[in-house]
Amino acid sequence: MNVLPVPASLDQHTVDAFLDQVWLTKDERTLFDARHLRWVDPNGMVGLLVAGTVAARKQGAMPRLEPPESTDVIGYLSRMGFFEAAGGIFELEDPGKRAKPRSSDVLLEITPVASNVDVHEVVDRVQTRAGAILTSKLGYPATAVVQFSVILSEVCQNIIEHAEAPGWVAAQAYNWAKRLGRDVVVISVMDVGRGFRGSLSDEHSARYGDRWGDSTALEAAFLHGLTRFPDSGRGQGIQQIRRQVRRWDGAITIRSGTARIGQVPEWDDTPPLVEGLQPFPGAQISIVLPARAPE
Amino acid sequence: MTDASFDPIWIDVGEVLQRTVASLYSSLVTRPTGRAVRMAIETQLQTVGARSLSLIDFSEVVIIDFSCADEVVAKLLMDTREGGAHEAFFVFCGVHEPHRDQIEAVLDRRRLATVAEIEPGTFQLLGARTPEEDRLWMELEVRGLVSPEQLDQLIGDEGGRLALESLLDRRLAFRSPTSGRIHALSRLVRRPN
Repeated sequence: MNVLPVPASLDQHTVDAFLDQVWLTKDERTLFDARHLRWVDPNGMVGLLVAGTVAARKQGAMPRLEPPESTDVIGYLSRMGFFEAAGGIFELEDPGKRAKPRSSDVLLEITPVASNVDVHEVVDRVQTRAGAILTSKLGYPATAVVQFSVILSEVCQNIIEHAEAPGWVAAQAYNWAKRLGRDVVVISVMDVGRGFRGSLSDEHSARYGDRWGDSTALEAAFLHGLTRFPDSGRGQGIQQIRRQVRRWDGAITIRSGTARIGQVPEWDDTPPLVEGLQPFPGAQISIVLPARAPE
Repeated sequence: MTDASFDPIWIDVGEVLQRTVASLYSSLVTRPTGRAVRMAIETQLQTVGARSLSLIDFSEVVIIDFSCADEVVAKLLMDTREGGAHEAFFVFCGVHEPHRDQIEAVLDRRRLATVAEIEPGTFQLLGARTPEEDRLWMELEVRGLVSPEQLDQLIGDEGGRLALESLLDRRLAFRSPTSGRIHALSRLVRRPN
């Protein structure tokens, strides 16, 4: 059995390396050892789900998850609906006991996205909770809840229309006191589908010739709005998400296969393009929306 | 305004959404939802005569995403333009500030424009248009109605004439085939009591 230690901190900064490790595991059943997990954000939680899904697919056996020792982390994962979502992916020790009632302090619990009905549920659910968080914690205007919902809708539809495989979404607010000195909202949307290169290859790979790959596919979709659909009205979801995230001085990055592309503000030192990652399936999207900077 | 001969059709998009696709959901999101709502509106319009003016009301819609804006606004305009004999005019009302970004973006992308009521009694041209089209449309909006005798004063030069023809061709204003008078669409719509 492979034993894969889950890092003590699993968030948007560490999730790529973790997914790379999952991809490199041998063809034996994997034990995900999360006993020392101390900090996890939506990217980490959803990342664990896609990691488990890919490990099961690769190894033909359901992986096992050793849960965190920290009761705080266990409680937080429960409130975020992690154990409910993980039930069908990991062999878990008595997961039923961990599935606690959902709590109102969560912006958006881990929610599977497999159909358009799921997108409606996500949008309806966040409307009741996002308003207070966006205005009180981030200082956004009251109408920002609409744009926030639109971002979630478009990014979830990206899974349905392009991945042809299920995915998950989650969002939560944090106080990034040390990192940024402000509150932020972190949104994570991940799937284990065919990725951007797979989605665009039939329509667009020929014009790129030898340069076609994960990074050029990401650039085509992320920067130029290319889509596999011939309709000129398609492909604007990601463009409009980028525009809104920029207005809020936020960051958005998308990993697909061996590359991660991003639109990052001055406060974020994430490089705009990372290449040479392992060919992990699907697409992994991270969005960070910071509180408005003090005048 | 009798020569305009319109009996405007009022379509409540919120009601169409509830009736057509998603009685449990209140948001106009996802492309299949938008497609279903557009098709329901188009079905409703099939029963009208050779010419129609529709007031598409978004007042009860809280969220509209880009996919739905593309289906319900942009494709509705495109489909009815390509629909043959039927001459359909549209005014989109209840287009509140949180909707505008999405609607403007899809119209710009498809090089379309439409008349929208952004507040009760306040109309704007949204989407792709030239500065001359914008100027002429606003002038017409202020006047409400321009007779053939007043046309030269309105259009000014050749550029103005082309812009006016474009507004008429894009159904952003209406020229009466009987009197030749040009109407601002905002003056032809009546809200139901």
